[in-house]
Amino acid sequence: MILILLHGSRGEIPSKPIAATILPFVKPNDGVQTYPEDQKNNLPVFTMNYPRIQIPFEITLWVLLASFAKIGFHVYHKITIWVPESCLLISIGLIVGAIMHSVHEEPPAVLTSNVFFLYMLPLIVLESGYFMPTRPFFENIGTVFWFAVVGTLWNSIGIGISLFAICQIPAFGVQDINLQENLLFSAIISAVDPVAVLNVFEDVSVNEQLYIVVFGECLFNDAVTVVLYNMFSFVAEMPVVEPVDVFIGVARFFIVGLGGMAFGILFGFVAAFTTRFTSKVREIEPLFVFMYSYLAYLVAELFAISSIMAIITCALTMKYYVEENVSQRSCTTIRHVIKMVASISETLIFFFLGVVTITTDHEWNWGYILFTLLFAFVWRGLGILVLTQIINPFRTIPFNMKDQFGLAYGGLRGAVSFALAFTLPDTIGRKQLFVTATIAVILFTVFLQGISIRPLIEFINVRRTNRNLETINVEIHCRLMEHTMAGIEDLCGQWSRFYWKDKFMKFNNRILRKILIRDGRAESSIVALYKKLELQNAMEILDTASGNISAAPSIVSLSPNVELLMTKKFLAADLRNIHDILSKNMYKIRERTVAYRGKHALPNDSQTREILIRRHATIRRSLRPRSFQSSNVPRTHKYFSLPAGKSLESRFDAARWHYTDDHETLSEVAYPSQRSRFGKPARSSSSKAMIPLHRLGTLEEVPSTDVLNEESSSTGQGVFRTNSSYSDSRVPHPRRLYSLFDDNNSELGHVVLIQLRDWPHQEPSQGP
Amino acid sequence: MYNYRYYCKNLHKYIHIVDVCFFTVSQEQIKNLYQRFQQLSGNHEKISRDDLERIPALNNNPIRKQIITAFFDKRNQHQNDVGSLDEIGFEQFLMVMSHFRPVNSTATEEEKAIVRKQKLRFLFNMHDTDNDGIITLDEYRTVVEELLSQSGAIETEVARSIADAAMLEVASTNVPHMAPDDFYEGITFEHFEQILKGIEMESRMSIRFLDMNTATMRCGKLSS
Repeated sequence: MILILLHGSRGEIPSKPIAATILPFVKPNDGVQTYPEDQKNNLPVFTMNYPRIQIPFEITLWVLLASFAKIGFHVYHKITIWVPESCLLISIGLIVGAIMHSVHEEPPAVLTSNVFFLYMLPLIVLESGYFMPTRPFFENIGTVFWFAVVGTLWNSIGIGISLFAICQIPAFGVQDINLQENLLFSAIISAVDPVAVLNVFEDVSVNEQLYIVVFGECLFNDAVTVVLYNMFSFVAEMPVVEPVDVFIGVARFFIVGLGGMAFGILFGFVAAFTTRFTSKVREIEPLFVFMYSYLAYLVAELFAISSIMAIITCALTMKYYVEENVSQRSCTTIRHVIKMVASISETLIFFFLGVVTITTDHEWNWGYILFTLLFAFVWRGLGILVLTQIINPFRTIPFNMKDQFGLAYGGLRGAVSFALAFTLPDTIGRKQLFVTATIAVILFTVFLQGISIRPLIEFINVRRTNRNLETINVEIHCRLMEHTMAGIEDLCGQWSRFYWKDKFMKFNNRILRKILIRDGRAESSIVALYKKLELQNAMEILDTASGNISAAPSIVSLSPNVELLMTKKFLAADLRNIHDILSKNMYKIRERTVAYRGKHALPNDSQTREILIRRHATIRRSLRPRSFQSSNVPRTHKYFSLPAGKSLESRFDAARWHYTDDHETLSEVAYPSQRSRFGKPARSSSSKAMIPLHRLGTLEEVPSTDVLNEESSSTGQGVFRTNSSYSDSRVPHPRRLYSLFDDNNSELGHVVLIQLRDWPHQEPSQGP
Repeated sequence: MYNYRYYCKNLHKYIHIVDVCFFTVSQEQIKNLYQRFQQLSGNHEKISRDDLERIPALNNNPIRKQIITAFFDKRNQHQNDVGSLDEIGFEQFLMVMSHFRPVNSTATEEEKAIVRKQKLRFLFNMHDTDNDGIITLDEYRTVVEELLSQSGAIETEVARSIADAAMLEVASTNVPHMAPDDFYEGITFEHFEQILKGIEMESRMSIRFLDMNTATMRCGKLSS
């Protein structure tokens, strides 16, 4: 079979199983030969036209093979704990490459550096940028840029000069490499690679500061690398370097870096603005995110400025506004697709790294390569040490020695260096040596450092992150602290980062949000978090209930007993009941920033199924003797995770409901609340959480007119009575059930929110 | 600009406060603070609430009232008094400011714990307006409403429900096994510490009192 396929193509993938764990690779094409044509030239019964489909076919098969490899790794859990995935993939690639080499085949022609830079790298970088935790990033932004820029410069120049010194020694036989070429080479290998680093760091949960600095550094050192690479490759062809060239280089660096960011921000805003108008074309909303980011990347490549910075800034800028504008389903789609393509792209890169390692012609020079390895290591360590000393006084949380070790040891080189090495101009005499050396450095760092970093970090006990679950309290207090600090600063006449952050937030709320967000109202992050949690909880519950609403455990309803609250105490019975009844569905709020939870986990996944208890229970109703209420606990209490009692508007206005034709997944329903018919005092307001339903923009509801009327006819001030009372036996038919379970259950886990109210409805006769 | 003689006369006292509070700021920073104090007070010896309320930059801050009150709160003076003062002098001003000093990187773990507790205590006092040592539901609600008051169009119900949810969280974290008829009174300081134990306070609540440009020291007052 292999031979047949090889006949028909060039560079076909071997079909032999790579490892026992990988599923047998089913070859779609049966190697049926075309029948030889007979003299009459009959209509051929069966033909095969391989060249026509060759390229897409090969690509698909490679992608599948790499994916099978990934599946295979996870069959054995133990492997992935100790060996990062990148190592495994490279190993598989090495094996496949060896196979191909032994049958004298070339690697697929699709792997060129163009393909890498134009198709594979942007996806990975987009994912890194999109899921970057913004708050820690901006808090550490000075450090990040310091390490990215100055660190990379230090590394390249240091390594270059030391290698040049080595070259002078005749024993190594590399005297023909001049300084410029050495510098060029060192620029290539000093770039810390995001793909490799993140792959390794995701499992090692170091403290947030360290993580964000490493993360940021490897993303942003691209600007410096691009400049240095271009500068040195230009200069390598010139016999003499003049100081003016150095100045030009510096100027170029600023253009590259700042230009990249400017393009990114520009495209980000345009994307955000576009999504403001996409409410009628929800199906293509994710497209905008991808197209604009990719456009930013390509335009930056066009002008030879830092495309990585462009795409990252684009993703950062865009994310905040776009996620408010698009529907929930589009949001999930975007995230899922980004994760998917980034994952596959990364897999392919490592895989090909292994393959190409075997199949290229190498030129090995012991001295040069060993010294390259040594210098790469030494200069990185030195660089981190020196730079940290300089920047520590400016940091609120200085890096201690262990953090510095983590930083230095985590400087893995990877695919970017590899691709850059391949794009070296052929005029450089020793190109093969450079390629070999680059591959050696990459393999060394990825394998050795990648495998050993985890035990080392645990051994020296680097500060780990405390992934504090972000609860509402935490969020409130973080906000509170920020405002307090901003206030204190104003009081003292100080300006510092709280001041700038405050100013930016004001600018954001006043201007940016109005322009970029549909129905852009200023919204507090606390409320946003709250809503998000509600949604997530809803989805969780529906997931556990398998979408069968009637099977959902009857749980908490939302409004507490007003009287209870008036006494300013919580009844423990409520809490107890919540515990009991929700015991199956206990959950905690997931983290808001999930970027470093796990590279290949979708942000909204949750392993734990604990439900956050947020609501006061009205379960007590079933327990406490009530003096003024009937004890008719509806059997079919359903959980409305979205406590929609009423919209934030003072009137329950039917016009506020958004009808979406395409049945959005998330329909948050505001169920009209029951009013207490028992003569509650008017001032007792329900504590039902009201969520501004219209803000989600994906609401869909069929309002029940009579209920609406009821509410409008009630206090009309948005004060709702508790829904605890019902003396009427009329059960409203489920006209208030709006979410569309049928088509939504099959979605990517994105179930719609529920809301069901079956308790009896009240006559509007006794309301105050 | 400031009363130099008065300052020098009392410098030793201020340094004493510095030591008491594990201050890591330098004399330079104390001087800067003193300058600011003089400016706020119009070269008098004491600041009153009106002086602070006149700062225009604070107008946009949703919790300005609490911040200003915090300065006059006796509990923030590291003594065991309760109640509030009408005016404060520079020592009291410094005392309150000492809550925000950055932790020295050479501090030991106990010192860091003390500092953290101080900062948490400051926040707790901000919430607990009736001085009973507990943050009740109403007090928490007030806090949340104030916080959200500037966000535009957030109605009180939302703020309330958020506060309720937060209270519920505290209750469930701290007293998971309450008997059916217990009441959850409110958040005590220990509970408060517990729910915030994940947050890293050092970076969030620290200021370095750098030298201030006099041009920025405008507080809306006519005096120089």
